[in-house]
Amino acid sequence: MHMTQTEWLQRVIKPAIFLICLIPLALLAWDALNNHLGANPIEKIIRRTGDWTLRFLLITLAITPARRLFGWNWLMRLRRMLGLFAFFYACLHFIIYIGIDQSFDVNEIIKDVIKHKYVTVGFASFLLLIPLAATSTNAMMKRLGGKRWQQLHKSVYAIAIGGVIHYLWLVKADLREPLIYATILAVLLGYRLWVKQRQALPPDPVRSSIHPSAIRSTK
Amino acid sequence: MLIKKPDDIRPSEITDQTIYLTRREFIRNTLGATAAAALMPALLASNDASAGTKLPGVRKGPFGTSEELTPYGDVTSYNNFYEFGTEKEQPAIMAKNFRTKPWTVTVEGEVNKPAVYQLEDFIKPHTLEERIYRLRCVEAWSMVIPWVGIPLADIIKRFEPTSKAKYVEFTTLHDPAQMPGQRRAVLKWPYVEGLRIDEAMHPLTMLAVGLYGETLPNQNGAPLRLVVPWKYGFKNIKSIVKIRFLEKPPVTAWMTAGPAEYGFYANVNPEVDHPRWSQSRERRIGELFKRKTLMFNGYTEQVAHLYAHMDLNKYF
Repeated sequence: MHMTQTEWLQRVIKPAIFLICLIPLALLAWDALNNHLGANPIEKIIRRTGDWTLRFLLITLAITPARRLFGWNWLMRLRRMLGLFAFFYACLHFIIYIGIDQSFDVNEIIKDVIKHKYVTVGFASFLLLIPLAATSTNAMMKRLGGKRWQQLHKSVYAIAIGGVIHYLWLVKADLREPLIYATILAVLLGYRLWVKQRQALPPDPVRSSIHPSAIRSTK
Repeated sequence: MLIKKPDDIRPSEITDQTIYLTRREFIRNTLGATAAAALMPALLASNDASAGTKLPGVRKGPFGTSEELTPYGDVTSYNNFYEFGTEKEQPAIMAKNFRTKPWTVTVEGEVNKPAVYQLEDFIKPHTLEERIYRLRCVEAWSMVIPWVGIPLADIIKRFEPTSKAKYVEFTTLHDPAQMPGQRRAVLKWPYVEGLRIDEAMHPLTMLAVGLYGETLPNQNGAPLRLVVPWKYGFKNIKSIVKIRFLEKPPVTAWMTAGPAEYGFYANVNPEVDHPRWSQSRERRIGELFKRKTLMFNGYTEQVAHLYAHMDLNKYF
């Protein structure tokens, strides 16, 4: 049977990537079952789920630049799924923090969120992710309307910045890893600023006056 | 300066009394072991390892706790020893070939008897004690560890500190060739820690040479480390090569790294948070949920008087 590009994407690529996105969870479960998480397994689970939240956020943010630079428009069809995986790992991270680290003690959690700025930032970033996940369906997109939906989903920039700061502020001395995330995020956001600035420039009067067909005819 | 000459007979050459008393059994076992060694050369090789050698003549020390011990495997695989990497699992791997023999300890500063000691001579005059202490890390996890060592006070008395000796500074070995973590400026190397002289002389404070009845594994700070159970773990400086007596408080490695976050005292205190995270609870390694952190890590009765008139919010 011959498949069109869309069919190929929907039936093969997307399910394959879906499974790939679950590998970090599978590895975590495997390590947990085989006692490979070391002396402090809870800390390790929190760290790994946090790492993967950040990674999926950055991967999601890399879709637009990659599409523009390489002309891979089909990547857009993966963006929602990747973004939802960021949310999925963030949920695991959050639930373990609330349930195991804080034993569901609401007073302690409130105190922690207010007093410690790395928790504040992480908590806020997680809360901001919820409306994005909730409005990720086609129906919600339609209900909000393209423009408003897009406006809302721009908060993912703030969320990603919050996520990286959350990591930077909790590290004791060795900042290498959070700085790697920060650098990648800076490149991804910097690219967007650069594109925006170029678009905002007044059009070049000479070049824009030449019709593309005119260029071709001179050849 | 006192130049210590090593004695003819080193402690390591003296037959342990327990071996002497059980000599018949010893011979039987040795014969068996010799036969096994002949068959398995690997058995011989394992005799060379410095870590994991049983320490002889250890007596039970005071201040013990009946709490459940943290398993040996956890104590020796979950370490903060940035000289061998900043990940908890790294020191156990990266410190495998760390050379702890020969080892010298320099004693200098405000003492009548400054000297450079071979580690064996440094330890020799003392009886080793086992003490089971809680260890509370500044990162909000804790362990219960059976250390083997000597009360620091007993050692300090030998050097005869002068009246100007108000503080004691400890320094870790600086050897980037052996300690790969020192090739990056994560902290200012070498690692430096310090105590007020009364803290150093406190009966709880000890210099450890072992844990679980054996010599210290490299990743736990072999061959000589400080143990101050009422302070956060980072005060327990590892692989000590120098002890200096000072009139002014030394500046520690963590004070240099984050003056607003790490003070000189670093007493365990659930009321005073780290500027970035809570210190009110801790996860005992091996447990799922966190437990409440105790003032001075549960050693209030012994040490509270040292800080009687001090604002612990200010002197954290």
